[in-house]
Amino acid sequence: MNPLERYAPLVDDTEAFFAACERPLPSVVRVNTIKTDPERVRRALDDEGIEYEPVDWHDGLLRLSDGSPGTNWPYFHGWLHGQEEVSAVPALALDPQPGEKVWDSCAAPGSKTTQLSAMMDDRGTVVGNDNNLGRLSSLRHNAERLGVTNLVVTKQDGRNFSLKDFGFDEFDRAIVDAPCSCEGTIRKNPTTLEEWTLEHVHSVAAVQKGILSRAVQATKPGGTVVYSTCTFAPEENEAVVDHVLDTEDCEVVAFDCPLDSVSGVTEWEGDSYDSSVTDTHRIYPHLNDTGGFFCAKLEVGG
Amino acid sequence: MSDAETENVGQQFGRLPATDADREVEDRASREAVLDFFDRRFGIEPAVFEDFTFWEKGKGKIWIFADDAPSPIRVEGLGMTVLRTRQEHWKPTQSAIQRFGGHATKNVIEIDGEAAAAFARGEDQDLDWDGDWGYLIAAHEVGGEREPIGVGLYVYGELRSTVPKGNQESLSPLSTD
Ligand SMILES: C[S@@+](CC[C@H](N)C(=O)[O-])C[C@H]1O[C@@H](n2cnc3c(N)ncnc32)[C@H](O)[C@@H]1O
Repeated sequence: MNPLERYAPLVDDTEAFFAACERPLPSVVRVNTIKTDPERVRRALDDEGIEYEPVDWHDGLLRLSDGSPGTNWPYFHGWLHGQEEVSAVPALALDPQPGEKVWDSCAAPGSKTTQLSAMMDDRGTVVGNDNNLGRLSSLRHNAERLGVTNLVVTKQDGRNFSLKDFGFDEFDRAIVDAPCSCEGTIRKNPTTLEEWTLEHVHSVAAVQKGILSRAVQATKPGGTVVYSTCTFAPEENEAVVDHVLDTEDCEVVAFDCPLDSVSGVTEWEGDSYDSSVTDTHRIYPHLNDTGGFFCAKLEVGG
Repeated sequence: MSDAETENVGQQFGRLPATDADREVEDRASREAVLDFFDRRFGIEPAVFEDFTFWEKGKGKIWIFADDAPSPIRVEGLGMTVLRTRQEHWKPTQSAIQRFGGHATKNVIEIDGEAAAAFARGEDQDLDWDGDWGYLIAAHEVGGEREPIGVGLYVYGELRSTVPKGNQESLSPLSTD
């Protein structure tokens, strides 16, 4: 059975949902404003005869008509980074400011990390952490290519991340772009769901709870924590948010999602979640012709 | 910091001393010397680097960081690689030249069309150049302005591309009219 069938009751238009999941994903790039600006990129792509379409909700995102984002001069100069449209949402929700200290707990290969750096004008500190050495080397490679200088790379388990080596003991903001069952990436990797099991969903949810708890603890009172996944399972989304609402000092805050989305669910398979999770966002593939995504914004109390 | 550094340890970053006179780790380049290198070789003004700190991890591998941190610090990466100081001739990194090379006022070799494409593929090529031998910034015109492509080594009438393997790309020559 297709595991995505479980989500049919959550989706308004199931036919459109399943049809979108079958289609390949458009190739999207983000303009790296550390090195250039959208206008110059468009000029350079025009000169090279590369076709693209602007993304209407963000002038720094372009849809390329032709497959590989990597073979053009703007990419070579580190002006572009291949990044899915939905993947640009969490950094916007986090809204980091130049000069702040920001923690990206699950950073590799760095699409969101480097977007955070750019939003901060490459000032202050982004600590990009991951526990996978191979993926950290992709993060390093991407950051170098994009000319990022405000990134500190660490290799720790996000669940018990230690700040003892740094000259500060709390972050202004944190983002947890968690490891997940990746159901929403089906359009990019059609074989993603072949190994899907409910046990895996539950075990990865335990890791997600651990990392998100640590992110709330490591962020200053009044600071912001964003939680995101590329999966549909409420066990990995609303249930994880509901867990930290219980165990840590924080609350869900509303944010404007720049893409069409629906509210987080308060009930799933006999469990119910805190009513504030309706301020989290679910993005289904058919809503904006993107991958699937979940994003929540939290404010730390205290 | 209690554990002051006196030698280079492979897995940690140490901040560069302000000047050679402040040096505690043997052979470590000073911040002043790094700024002086970019100024003398490429005419990049020291002011460009005013808000950055410089670090060494392992012998001669210099990194540039947008913020400050306790020194020494044990992390996997601190900012971006910027310079290699191990050899007699210091070599700026590809990332440094792409990020800061736009400020250069000398030792920039302008190439275009097929020459720029060959450089991006990592190839060596015969070229005339009246200036100094050594490391040059290869640049071309893209999107209406001059932009650094990377670091080239000019010797014996030849421009050798040092674009790292992982960054090399086969691109179509941009027309120059
Ligand atoms: C969804 S991916 C992150 C994608 C990344 N944020 C981006 O935008 O490019 C999740 C990452 O979490 C990492 N991860 C898994 N378990 C972790 C843990 N316990 N602590 C830290 N990172 C972990 C994985 O190695 C993986 O790179």
